[in-house]
Amino acid sequence: MTRRLTPGLILCVTIAWIVVGFLLAPMFISVPLSLTPERFLSMPQGELSLRHYASVFTEDAWLGALGDSAMVGIGATLIATFTGGAAAIGLWRIGGRAARIIGVLALMPMIVPPIVTALALSRAWVTLGLFDTVFGVILSHAILGMPFVFMTVSAALEGLDPRIAQAARSLGAGPFRTVRDVIVPNVKAGLLTGGLFAFVISWDEIIVTLFVSSRSVYTLPRKIWSDIRDNIDPAVAAVSTLMIGATVIVAAIYLLRDLARAKPKDVS
Amino acid sequence: MPSPADKTARPTGFRVALRDARGHLDPHWWLVAPILILVVCLYLLPLGNVLLLSVSDPKPGLDNYERIATASGPLKVLLTTLRLCAITTVISIVLGFCVAFAMAHVRETHQRILVVAVLVPLWISVLIRAFSWLVLLRDQGPVNDWLMQSGAIDQPLALVRNELGVVIGMVHYLIPYAVLPIFAVMRGIDQRLLFASRSLGAGAVTTFLKVYLPLTLPGVFAATVIVFVFGLGFYVTPAILGGGRVVMLAESVSVAILQTVRWGFGAAQSVVLLVLTLVLIGIMAKTVGLKKGFG
Repeated sequence: MTRRLTPGLILCVTIAWIVVGFLLAPMFISVPLSLTPERFLSMPQGELSLRHYASVFTEDAWLGALGDSAMVGIGATLIATFTGGAAAIGLWRIGGRAARIIGVLALMPMIVPPIVTALALSRAWVTLGLFDTVFGVILSHAILGMPFVFMTVSAALEGLDPRIAQAARSLGAGPFRTVRDVIVPNVKAGLLTGGLFAFVISWDEIIVTLFVSSRSVYTLPRKIWSDIRDNIDPAVAAVSTLMIGATVIVAAIYLLRDLARAKPKDVS
Repeated sequence: MPSPADKTARPTGFRVALRDARGHLDPHWWLVAPILILVVCLYLLPLGNVLLLSVSDPKPGLDNYERIATASGPLKVLLTTLRLCAITTVISIVLGFCVAFAMAHVRETHQRILVVAVLVPLWISVLIRAFSWLVLLRDQGPVNDWLMQSGAIDQPLALVRNELGVVIGMVHYLIPYAVLPIFAVMRGIDQRLLFASRSLGAGAVTTFLKVYLPLTLPGVFAATVIVFVFGLGFYVTPAILGGGRVVMLAESVSVAILQTVRWGFGAAQSVVLLVLTLVLIGIMAKTVGLKKGFG
């Protein structure tokens, strides 16, 4: 690859870093805001305080929202990973046109705008008696997360030799034993990545949640949403800081490991 | 995806594929059953119901669609949505192209840092991002404070609770989705084509415009469709940064359902949104392929 520095490339790299600044910088505004000693949202003048962090971890409204989000997230991840993973493996073994058609249908919840999904599920959940129940929210988040598991597992299967399954079968393993003991261990990475996607999608989901729940299930994004729309409590800034902090730490670890792994390869 | 060898081994037709040579149902269909229940019964049927609702509530007929196309309020919502999507798409694609170009042509370490920097915002809640922009751009926010202290302005600029705020928030959300498909295509471009062009006497600018740029077009096209489609369905960002003054299609649906309780009208607007989305994604799937498009 050419790595000559042309004026065009210098310009593009400069723009790229300005864009990266634009992407990352705004999110750090919540750090100083969360440390204000005042009751209202403001930049701290001199004195700093952790009172808003304390309220996130002591107030019932925030703790309840955290609990609901964790429960919904775990439930949705399990269902999405199981259905999406099983379907990807099953369709990979079956093949043919039917499998391709179902494969496209499985991606629908990812393609359809969330507000349309929200409207559809809201109606259906009322009919089925699932409206404003934990299971109803779990199910709707599972539907949204499933396509991502389906995609990551399908991608992992693409690199797998189909003969490995045939070999297991011809050695006497039944179809389900083949899936459990031969195929699943080979697509573990895809399942884990897909599950992580499903959890993050559930953890951040707001639009569908607004339409399938009202009072008894109140997830974290719902709490943040109503706080932003009414009057902004600095506790929102504290929650933002915690969530952004977690993301940045994970990204930094990933980047450092990635760079450390890449180094030996550069030398050789 | 089945390999070619696999394909010849089994019949590809729909009816034959369901059963094996002895007429037994392929046991792998049991693995597919859960997703069929989830997607068909709990997802596609409710979606069909929305379609039905849009032509039956409050009374049978196409009144709801007529309202979208003729009444001034709904028409304004539709035009605002399309206009804001077009503006944000152009900005996101131009900036995204520059970032992808830089990524594709810097050293490996530099490239990895840029990729992670572009991916990090994707993992941060859209609510938190909208919240950050709201506090940054409001009248008493740091941006206006700084501009006033530096003496550039005496009055706070209206940066948020208007279309400008919505565009800033949307571009911020959409840039990573513009970068990734373009970067994926740029990385696959055979550098020898560029050498060939240069050695045959074309200048750097000609090579870029006549060889490189056309090769990136599938990525640019896929990115344009994805960014535009995402923009169409935006709800959180316009609702928070538009402050109720900039109403886009998704928020209008939500108002119709949650506030004015006109299910039929909300459903009809959803159907318009859905059809626009599926047509655009369909075009992309036919031309550059679904997988490539999503990076």
